[in-house]
Amino acid sequence: MLRYATLRILGAIPTLLLVIAIAFLMVHSAPGGPFDRERVLAPEVERNIERAYHLDESLPEQFSRYLQGLLHGDLGPSYRYRDYTVAELIGGALPLSIRLGALAMALALVAGVSAGMVAALRKNTIIDRLVTGIAMIGISVPVFVIAPLMVLVFAVFLNWLPASWTGGNAANRMLMPVIALALPQIAYIARLTRASMINVMNSDFVRTARAQGLSTISIVRYHAIKPAMLPLLSYMGPAIAGVLTGSVVVEEVFGIPGVGQFFIRGALNRDYTLVLGITVFYATLVIFLNLIVDLLYGFLDPRIRGR
Amino acid sequence: MTASMRYSGAMKHTLVLLLVSMLALGACDGGVDRAAQESVLHRGLGEEPGSLDVHKSRSSEAGHVLRDLGEGLTGYTRDGEIRAAAADHWTVSDDGLEYVFVLRPDARWTNGDPVTADDFVYSFRRLVDPTTAAFYENSVIDVANAAEIIAGEIPPESLGIEAMAIDQLKITLRHPVPYFLGLLTHPSTFPVHRGSVEAHGEAHSRPGNLVSNGAYRLVAWEVGSYIEIERNEYYWDAGNTAIDRVFHYVTPEPMAELNRYRAGELDITRAIPPESFKQMLETRPDEVRVSPALGVYYYGFNMTNPVFGDNPKLREALSMAIDREQLVAIVGRGEAPAYSWVPDGTANYEPQKYSWADMPPEERITKAQQLFYEAGFGPGKSFRPEIRYNTHDTHRQIAVAVQSMWKEVLGVEAKLINEEFQVMLENIVQKNSIDIFRMNWNGDYNDAHTFLSTAESDNPSNLTGYQSADFDSLMQRAARQTDPSRRRLYLEEAEARMLRDYPLIPMYFFVNKAMVSPQVRGWGDNVLNYHYSQHLSFAADE
Amino acid sequence: MSMFSSLSPVARYIRASRMVAVCVLLLLLVALAALAGPLLNPNDYITTDFANRFGQPTMTNLHFFGTDELGRDLFSRTLLGAQVTLFVAVIASVVSLGIGVIYGAAAGFIGGKVDAIMMRAVDALYALPFVFLVILLMVAFERNFLLIFVAIGAINWLDMARIVRGQTISLKHREFVDAARLIGVSTPGIIFRHIMPNLFGVVVVYMTLTIPQAILVESFLSFLGLGVQEPQTSLGALVSNGVSHMERAPWLLIIPASVLAFILFCFNFLGDGLRDVVDPKKKA
Repeated sequence: MLRYATLRILGAIPTLLLVIAIAFLMVHSAPGGPFDRERVLAPEVERNIERAYHLDESLPEQFSRYLQGLLHGDLGPSYRYRDYTVAELIGGALPLSIRLGALAMALALVAGVSAGMVAALRKNTIIDRLVTGIAMIGISVPVFVIAPLMVLVFAVFLNWLPASWTGGNAANRMLMPVIALALPQIAYIARLTRASMINVMNSDFVRTARAQGLSTISIVRYHAIKPAMLPLLSYMGPAIAGVLTGSVVVEEVFGIPGVGQFFIRGALNRDYTLVLGITVFYATLVIFLNLIVDLLYGFLDPRIRGR
Repeated sequence: MTASMRYSGAMKHTLVLLLVSMLALGACDGGVDRAAQESVLHRGLGEEPGSLDVHKSRSSEAGHVLRDLGEGLTGYTRDGEIRAAAADHWTVSDDGLEYVFVLRPDARWTNGDPVTADDFVYSFRRLVDPTTAAFYENSVIDVANAAEIIAGEIPPESLGIEAMAIDQLKITLRHPVPYFLGLLTHPSTFPVHRGSVEAHGEAHSRPGNLVSNGAYRLVAWEVGSYIEIERNEYYWDAGNTAIDRVFHYVTPEPMAELNRYRAGELDITRAIPPESFKQMLETRPDEVRVSPALGVYYYGFNMTNPVFGDNPKLREALSMAIDREQLVAIVGRGEAPAYSWVPDGTANYEPQKYSWADMPPEERITKAQQLFYEAGFGPGKSFRPEIRYNTHDTHRQIAVAVQSMWKEVLGVEAKLINEEFQVMLENIVQKNSIDIFRMNWNGDYNDAHTFLSTAESDNPSNLTGYQSADFDSLMQRAARQTDPSRRRLYLEEAEARMLRDYPLIPMYFFVNKAMVSPQVRGWGDNVLNYHYSQHLSFAADE
Repeated sequence: MSMFSSLSPVARYIRASRMVAVCVLLLLLVALAALAGPLLNPNDYITTDFANRFGQPTMTNLHFFGTDELGRDLFSRTLLGAQVTLFVAVIASVVSLGIGVIYGAAAGFIGGKVDAIMMRAVDALYALPFVFLVILLMVAFERNFLLIFVAIGAINWLDMARIVRGQTISLKHREFVDAARLIGVSTPGIIFRHIMPNLFGVVVVYMTLTIPQAILVESFLSFLGLGVQEPQTSLGALVSNGVSHMERAPWLLIIPASVLAFILFCFNFLGDGLRDVVDPKKKA
């Protein structure tokens, strides 16, 4: 297990280098520079600024400068947010994004698994149909429709909740973004759980357990839950990607200064270092989360532990 | 049955737990403090300024915050008239080249230090110093030796500014600049506090470090979210500052901003989205503030492409075929159709309108068709130019409308190309197979020069590639002129000249638009759209 | 995720195939409407009518769905949007399919060290923040229809590769493969002629599940303003435009959003049903 984990972590290093190289090439090959606006800078002014940020060097020089900085934990200065370094910006935005994403995932897991289980145990009843139907809607309506709609209804019309991150109080401003972000995931997870639970409940070992007279509760608790959760685990990768995508939208709608916001602004403004920094950071995060999921998988499913 | 009940019970339990933990997590970082006693203003700002260093920022959003935090030698009244700010009074030499400013004796930094002439000298030198990598050199480029210093040819100390006494400052220009007092309202000419710049370097503009000389001091700055400022007790005019605390919120999306306003989270917005303008006008007519702005929305021709550069009649036909009244109806916030390059409302100036500006539509269309035919196009010869615009709803709608107008009037089959702004700009500057592009120009100071100079052959912001020796010489003559009325004549002639050449198609003039809460007093409409927080107050406090 | 896992395999097969038939029929109807509708409709998607902006759905002038902010007929724009969205989604899925099947089959069939390295590479690629890369791609280059397909397709091939690899491993020890090897068929020959045809079922099922994902990615890009070019449109572009007009002209949001949801609905059900038809016993 430990050896497996170590190998995976070592294997991640070339991946990271690849990510950095691809992202670096892409941002730098994009037309336009970080300081281009409709008020075009005088050539002397532009030269002074490029010199200050080493943008007058050749690309290989810039790349090696960037890698050297990275080794020392220095992600460079931001070009768009000139008073801050990229590390400071990510450091400020990341806790927010992570809290938002984690809460949304937690809500999605709790609500999705519960709804899926209830639907599975009461399959082909009205409850089941309701869950399946709502889940379908959750899958079929994009976040960028749900989120503004929620703002309009709950903040503007009903005035129950704040319309933005900075409105209201610390407690209720989290509510709408988390729910908007969680909704599609709730839907996916409910569907997954329902299907997998039905499968497990029909399997031979559950039938055996039932024949031995165990109640549904204890069957679910002691026998069914663990195997039923396995497909969910492999869904975690796509789920994290989904939350990441969704958070870009949710941050935009609610004005949350999270990482997604900085990435979009950075990409549009050619803030090379900011875009690179966030890409590197997220790649690291995803590698780490994938690793955890794999290790968990090994824990839940003894068959692949020896792999 | 029991199973599902147990499970839904468990679900409820977990949900409650989750909600509680959410509240707890949320509570950790403390909310926006709204004490009942002090008056607090919540303003929409637009994009995140990114920098509060007066020399490194460049966005209009940064300008809004910086005008609350600091002040230059001059400033604006709420109605947009030049007023004395850090300077108490000044004299100008007869040739218009030497300005002597006498500073206010009671001008103070936020830490209580007096604001001295040396502070200004230090700041101006820092602005032109190549190692500062400042953005905005326009405000001082006419000061003696500025251009050479920026180019790195001579040291910053040779700039034409000197402290004659602790409260006396002399600035020498290279040629007369009638709008120089207006330039000195720009944040890039604000003084920076030498002590804190030297102590904190790059970080001098952070909360806790920033020492400024305006009506407010910086308290907090959550990048991408808000900037919080509070009244500066040391400010010379602190007695007239009514609002104690101001939050400038980052609101890049006008629609989201408006929702925040409607939910009661903002007192003032930075914009009103076109989609909601009509509705706001109907439901909250007293809160909608619209006034003319110094900005023009235009389409430029690539004059280096012979198809356009060598065919003035084609350019004229394309310009005439556009129904500007329809365009302003689409944008729909009171924008004015543009038949000139310089907007109405520009100080000491009469915009030179196209001769056909008042033509009835049918006549205008017939004339456009005739010109198009004379230009060598028509039924037998189709024309398929490309229109480039950057990603934005308004630009998209205008482009589609222009496309359909050209098709209807001239039979032109224009192709729409949508690019990211940076991509488009790069293509325009490099003249990479560009035909026609969308752009806008916003004036920096209230003078026709800020518009007309963009058509000079060597101006970096001349994006069409328009080259006219006549135009350039008229502009140079205006620049040398010290008599305001003669200068104005040259400028007007220059504009007329440029319009006749049709290097671009002015579409409409912008308006400033904002939602302002009925509780807010002291709001003054002005072309520059500057609204100092120190001029505002709440009705309840009066 | 299957709907009918509790029934007997035969009953499940029948119900699932009925559902598949219904879904296929509905999707074909949508596709047909999207393709043929513009021919029958007197209003085209491009003509602006400034006197008739934000027109409500009405029978006059046959603006069944009303008109948009430029007075263009929303009915024909919705049809065009459906056409473009379906096209983008199918092409993107074919791209991901092409890459995924070849890659997965090669890795599974060759096996050993090559397999290990190829699958490590897939693991590595999983770590790429694809959403960000696609945004970068769209930002960096001129809007290009083809690029959207390729970009979306490039996101989705990883899962396909993993699934195909698994199937291939179970196929490669079958008799017909041994036979082919004995008579001297080359490795690529075996992969293309013998392995791939047998992957058909799995691939079709997976593709119906990839398409809705591609549709959602396309609509996300449209929301960011990085989608297809005007005057062309997609359902995602229509929906995100509708969001900004939802108070003044709710039909601009509701109609395209319903069509989008309907298409996603059908594909999801189709995927579920096909899975049961192709392999009734396979676990979800």
